[in-house]
Amino acid sequence: MTYIRTDGRKVNDLRPMEAKVGVIKNARGSAMFKIGKTIAYAAVYGPREMHPKFMQNVERGTLRCNYNMMAFSGSGNRVRPGPSRRSKEIGLVTQNALAPVIDLTEYPKTVVDVYIELLQTDAGTRCAGICAASLALADAGFKMKDLVCAVSCGLVGDTPVLDLDYSEEAYEGGAVDVPMAMIPRTGEITLMQLDGVISREQLQRAMELAREGCQKIYEVQKEALRAKFSSMEVEAGETGVSSPPSKGNREA
Amino acid sequence: MGKLNVEEKTIVVPGDVLAEGMDYLPAGGAFRENDKVISAQVGVVEINGRLVKVMPLAGAYVPRKDDIVIGRVSDVSYSNWFVDIGYAIDAVMSLKEGTTEFVERGAELSEFYGIGDFVVARVSNVTKSKMIDLSMKGPGLRKLIGGKITTICPIKVPRVIGKQGSMVSMIKDYTGCQIIVGQNGRIWLSGKTPEDEFLASEAIKLIEEKAHMSGLTDIVKEFLEKRKKEGPK
Amino acid sequence: MVPKNYIQTLAKKNTRADGRKFDEFRKPITVEYSVSAKSAEGSARVTIGDTVVVAGVKTELATPYPDSPDEGSIMVNAELLPMSSPEFESGPPSIDSIELSRVVDRGIRESKALDFKKLCLRVGEKMWIIMIDIYPINASGNLFDAAALAAVAALKNAKFPKVGEKDVIDYKNLSDKSLPFTFMPVSCTVLKIGDKFLVDPIRDEELAADARLSVTFTEEGKICAMQKGGQKQLTHDEVLAMIDLAAVKAAELRKCL
Repeated sequence: MTYIRTDGRKVNDLRPMEAKVGVIKNARGSAMFKIGKTIAYAAVYGPREMHPKFMQNVERGTLRCNYNMMAFSGSGNRVRPGPSRRSKEIGLVTQNALAPVIDLTEYPKTVVDVYIELLQTDAGTRCAGICAASLALADAGFKMKDLVCAVSCGLVGDTPVLDLDYSEEAYEGGAVDVPMAMIPRTGEITLMQLDGVISREQLQRAMELAREGCQKIYEVQKEALRAKFSSMEVEAGETGVSSPPSKGNREA
Repeated sequence: MGKLNVEEKTIVVPGDVLAEGMDYLPAGGAFRENDKVISAQVGVVEINGRLVKVMPLAGAYVPRKDDIVIGRVSDVSYSNWFVDIGYAIDAVMSLKEGTTEFVERGAELSEFYGIGDFVVARVSNVTKSKMIDLSMKGPGLRKLIGGKITTICPIKVPRVIGKQGSMVSMIKDYTGCQIIVGQNGRIWLSGKTPEDEFLASEAIKLIEEKAHMSGLTDIVKEFLEKRKKEGPK
Repeated sequence: MVPKNYIQTLAKKNTRADGRKFDEFRKPITVEYSVSAKSAEGSARVTIGDTVVVAGVKTELATPYPDSPDEGSIMVNAELLPMSSPEFESGPPSIDSIELSRVVDRGIRESKALDFKKLCLRVGEKMWIIMIDIYPINASGNLFDAAALAAVAALKNAKFPKVGEKDVIDYKNLSDKSLPFTFMPVSCTVLKIGDKFLVDPIRDEELAADARLSVTFTEEGKICAMQKGGQKQLTHDEVLAMIDLAAVKAAELRKCL
């Protein structure tokens, strides 16, 4: 039976997105990424000296990612503060999702810390976190091959869909969640997880949806970055006319 | 035939395809992937003949030999000072490089520069694995007493200095402040009153904000003149 | 980053590192509500200058404590996220985050700002626990006042979730019932630097301060919680002068709620 999405989206539709760069003043780079009701913040600190010393890499800096849900951001009971096995694993896969694009050869022996915090969640949190983190790293001025875009795809019932929300993940007829991250220019995959049972053909279809979705996310990300870095120029353009900088939000 | 996708001064982000075909060559901040020239960072495009370059708009300070920097002493040992110069790893200044004075064996080094003191120093050496040596030998290199420190993005330091130091001279003239600009984005200001220092600091922040604009000198001049007329807040 | 004694020297010259008056808060001061409405029962984001703090409220049902069988309870937790400042590190709660939690907690609990009796569902059997979690997004000084304001704003914003059979909470469906507030406590922190008192410190001022006094006030202007911080002593007269300054500024902050 074909699943019809309750929020009126087509199978290949993303939820509305919003991205903003430079939202945390203390950080070297930062961003907010919102997709549907999931809101992720990311901040980048460093390069700073890596402790303990034996963890230092003399060839290049180390990327370290930390994922956390605020205690009130879950969909049921309060989430116990502090690291969990889940949050640690997500930190690790986030790190691996971003590592292929970032060049830290200029910063041996150092660590670049990325902190991701979820303010509100409606599924797709690790993907939203990766989207925000990739913006924050670019905002910090690191050399990157490309941004990284992430979205989940999967099955609801028997229907391959893009960007599952919480009600879809919890669908009575069963659901499969496949969070993916990609280097949008090349389509190469940097995060791939799967939770559920799916056929090879269905997975292939879902992966195609994710690839399309990532291109749309990419546009929103690039727009948000440009908005931050061109806002100053627009504000005091040669004519002296001041126009408000673009908010960098766009609906997909 | 090669195709250029961007114009001079376009603001680009990592992954933007700047040019296609082999006619164009990537320079700083850009790289080649197959037949494409791609931006590696957030920046402004500069085109010079066949060369396509991205001037960064953000980034951390990376020390280079002979940089003049403003550092803060973070630790003192038996024969070295450790100095935070805004890089991840502290720079080391040996007794020999720290002072031209004769120092007795076992003397207390913190009597020269103590923890928390600011100094203007020169990066005398940087190794590949980023061991950084500092020296205080050279004209103008000294301990900084009083004043305040304003920190800006190190990439914007050349704009604060201006052509042949014109920008910083202008701020000095208007505010009467002594100003030392470190390549590491730390700027030391010392004026007769805190208000003079605030004004100089605000002017510097304005330069940082509008660093990639043309006509920057006029903007800063206008700002300083306006504030001078208004008088202190 | 400031030279040694910079803040103290400025204070002697009657000014501050950002040119503000001693009794002047940074701008803007904003309170936004429902910033995590999908997840939390109540939430708010407070901005004071560059400092940004969010707070969220979750509710749970539990058995009342034996010594207060007819009352509900609250719990306040603040976490100094490494996301919000290069000074904060990952790991177990730091002493600063514990102090912050406890000062905000006292402002609400001991002052009886919430009617705890009304948080009891059935005497000796079921009570509501109101859990407030506070997180700085950008920590640039004066977390005390921002956190206290965010906590109260989140409580004000909160609605009880619906309760189904066997006391199962339906978090997806909130009722239209607000929490039983008796009054809104508002806190203001005053620092002493040299012989000067000042409000809404930036981080460099906090590091340079001799002493700190956080005072929480009821709507009528009565004092309902206090905390002295910092390593140096205060005279009786100084404490009273700091309270007077805090009272005036707390009344201004209250208007933002």
